[in-house]
Amino acid sequence: MTTTTEEKAPEKGDSFAATFLRNLWSANTVTVTVLSIVLALVIGAILMIVSDEDVRATFGYLTARPSDAFTSSWNLISTAYADLFKGAILDPAAISAWADGSGGWQAAITPLSETLTYAAPLVFTGLSVALAFRGGLFNIGGQGQAVIGCITAAVAGFAFPLPFVLHAVVALVAGLIGGMAWGFLPGLLKARTGAHEVIITIMLNYIAGLFLTWLIIQKGVQNADRSDAISKPVDASAQLASIGGPVRVNLGIVLAVLVTAGVAWLLNRSVFGFELRAVGANPAAAKTAGISVAKTYTLLMVVAGGLAGLGGATQVLGTAHALTPAVAGNIGFDGLLVALLGRNRPWGTLGAAILFGALRAGGNRMQSFSGISLELVTVVQAVIVVFIAAPALVKTIFHLRAARSARLGASMAKGW
Amino acid sequence: MSEVTEPARSGKPQMKTTEATAEDLAEATAPTRFWNRHRRLGVALVAIGVLAAVVFGSVARSATARFTLGVQNTGLALPIDGKVGAIVFGLITALCGGALLAGVARRWQGTLLGVGIVAFVLSFLCWQVAGQYMSLVDIANNTLVIALPLILGALAGVLGERSGVVNVAIEGQFLMGAFAAALVGTMASSVWAGLVSAALGGLLIAALLAVLAIRFLVDQVVVGIVLNLLALGITGFLYERLMQPDAASYNEPPRMPTWQVPGLSDIPVIGPVLFNSNFLVWLALILVVVVHFGLTRTRWGLRTRAVGEHPTAADTVGIRVRGLRYANVLVGGLIAGFGGAYFTLIGAGSFTKNMTSGAGFIALAALIFGRWTPLGALGAALFFGFAQNLPYALSTYNSSVPSQFLNMLPYVATIIAVAGLVGRVRAPAADGQPYAKS
Repeated sequence: MTTTTEEKAPEKGDSFAATFLRNLWSANTVTVTVLSIVLALVIGAILMIVSDEDVRATFGYLTARPSDAFTSSWNLISTAYADLFKGAILDPAAISAWADGSGGWQAAITPLSETLTYAAPLVFTGLSVALAFRGGLFNIGGQGQAVIGCITAAVAGFAFPLPFVLHAVVALVAGLIGGMAWGFLPGLLKARTGAHEVIITIMLNYIAGLFLTWLIIQKGVQNADRSDAISKPVDASAQLASIGGPVRVNLGIVLAVLVTAGVAWLLNRSVFGFELRAVGANPAAAKTAGISVAKTYTLLMVVAGGLAGLGGATQVLGTAHALTPAVAGNIGFDGLLVALLGRNRPWGTLGAAILFGALRAGGNRMQSFSGISLELVTVVQAVIVVFIAAPALVKTIFHLRAARSARLGASMAKGW
Repeated sequence: MSEVTEPARSGKPQMKTTEATAEDLAEATAPTRFWNRHRRLGVALVAIGVLAAVVFGSVARSATARFTLGVQNTGLALPIDGKVGAIVFGLITALCGGALLAGVARRWQGTLLGVGIVAFVLSFLCWQVAGQYMSLVDIANNTLVIALPLILGALAGVLGERSGVVNVAIEGQFLMGAFAAALVGTMASSVWAGLVSAALGGLLIAALLAVLAIRFLVDQVVVGIVLNLLALGITGFLYERLMQPDAASYNEPPRMPTWQVPGLSDIPVIGPVLFNSNFLVWLALILVVVVHFGLTRTRWGLRTRAVGEHPTAADTVGIRVRGLRYANVLVGGLIAGFGGAYFTLIGAGSFTKNMTSGAGFIALAALIFGRWTPLGALGAALFFGFAQNLPYALSTYNSSVPSQFLNMLPYVATIIAVAGLVGRVRAPAADGQPYAKS
């Protein structure tokens, strides 16, 4: 995920290998992240065994023939996780079919394409949460901002006839502005009245969701050919270009990488980034230094909302192509997990989003091939983040040495 | 709602004196301004009152609206002409606003605000019901049923947050409770076994929350959100693997029986609602009273509030801060688990994926709207239950108000409350701050 060069800096007189080994088993970000993922997969495996009727039956005569229980458990877990890998990264069968000419190249790159397709919106919502965190705000409203972004982007996508390229840009900007507006309100209330942004954004999430369910059954928005709750499709000119066929990956992921670079610049190189980090570290000191805390909070929530809105826009313009009550899925809350996993750093968030995209894409294959519910992915994702958020827990479980860098376990939000 | 919170608020003056926050200073200087909070509220009430009288009054049909005390359109009823009612109640709202604007004694302000809002709701109902009838028993009954998990969830939140642990995981506790109630209730074919295991399900999530937040000092809002997702994932996964293939042996829990108290259940409106009801309703109402008196009148309550406001001071006088926080969060988990049992043992009758659909967050809103007090939370939960029930109640009248907007009411009300437009909402000072002994 994130490189931790300062933790691996060799001391005088130590060989590189000695330093590396010493740091390998200490509670640095890389070790904790890897161990968290391993632990989460182990817990997922236990859930699979517990919930499988046949495997549970073999545990009934464990003392008589233990090999049965172990082979059946192993078979269950290995097929499931193999499917997870094949669905997320590469499928050896498709690769060999492509190599000997019996299959197309599309099938070979479909797993990676799916991973990146699921990752793209998460990058935006993750960046939204991460940026707000750095400024000392907890943006739980990514979901609502993404929903509003979906709505404005989709409406711009089917309401105005515009030429190619321009239309997509207009729709993306519409999503951006929609999210900004939905982020502005909690920012303003936080700055003016001190109302806690966590409460306000949770409430705004539900208001946005209810507004969406109302909007898509209105005349002029609902698809006239359908009786269920679905909007008109977004014009082809506004859709984000994709490779086509089974390869769904689209310009959304390219945009996501560009925006990550932009956010990294904003955070580390711009005046606003400096101000928001100062406010996040210590609002009172920032105020003394002449930074307007109220202005920073408001602007920060506007930017964070805009990022989440872009996430919604890529979702609806890239893959969904029409509004449904569940168009935004869970990208707002997943973005929260992604930001935590990425340690609130832009490039870390990008990596975390790709990991979550991979879990989701692999989970789809696991569900259809091994019959393991997609919910297992939710469990694995949540467990990873529990351990990431509680590095002391991982440290206790594995008896890790204390890391020299005290980056881990920094508390971010401050209650209500 | 504001007057019921008075006892609880008056119970902690000793804490307030210890910390002069910026907010207290703001309130101290407020009376010197002419446009203080009550004047602004008064303007708002006058505005919505006039709006109700003019808009509702003009569109309402001039036909009798009957508010019946029974379930049917027969028997005792309160008849009123729809048009007249809409205008009269709108004017009452405006009058209350006018009184606030003119400036009345402080102790009447809460009452006036309450009367004004109730009159506004009545004006709206007169417009909607004109020419037809609305059963008050049905309304009260459904309101209470919808509010039941909210009351229990908000109460769980009160316990945790008054001692300084933010509980965003109410949703997860509901889900785990609902799942455990369905699973164990079916397997033991006993509603009481289901109820007990629901409480244990809630306890499980609460224990994770407590350990991570108190022992490992993880950010409490983060833990709450993640635990919600964890509960959603685990219950969803086990639902698809166990319950869906074989509902008969895992997902058909017995329903909670309805008990009738002879004599008392004959009282109009209140009787059928409160005394022809189930165990969980009584449990919830008893718990509200118990927690209220516990918080305001007992040693445990004083200590809980001390720990929630100023843990260092509490520790100095020998209160075990972490122990008390553990106890409160765990008991809260049990209570939220009972709330989860509502969904499977009373509500839907079986478990489905994500069946709580955000009720935990409405409970959180009720907790905040009720200003972190048990009685306030009860009032807020009932108000939110009423608001959520309204779309169903109005659907028979071909209402022109979309149900989605009525469903937004709890959330909008909470934003207004938190933003300080209606009453000053202040969380316990140490809410959400882990306590590490130094």
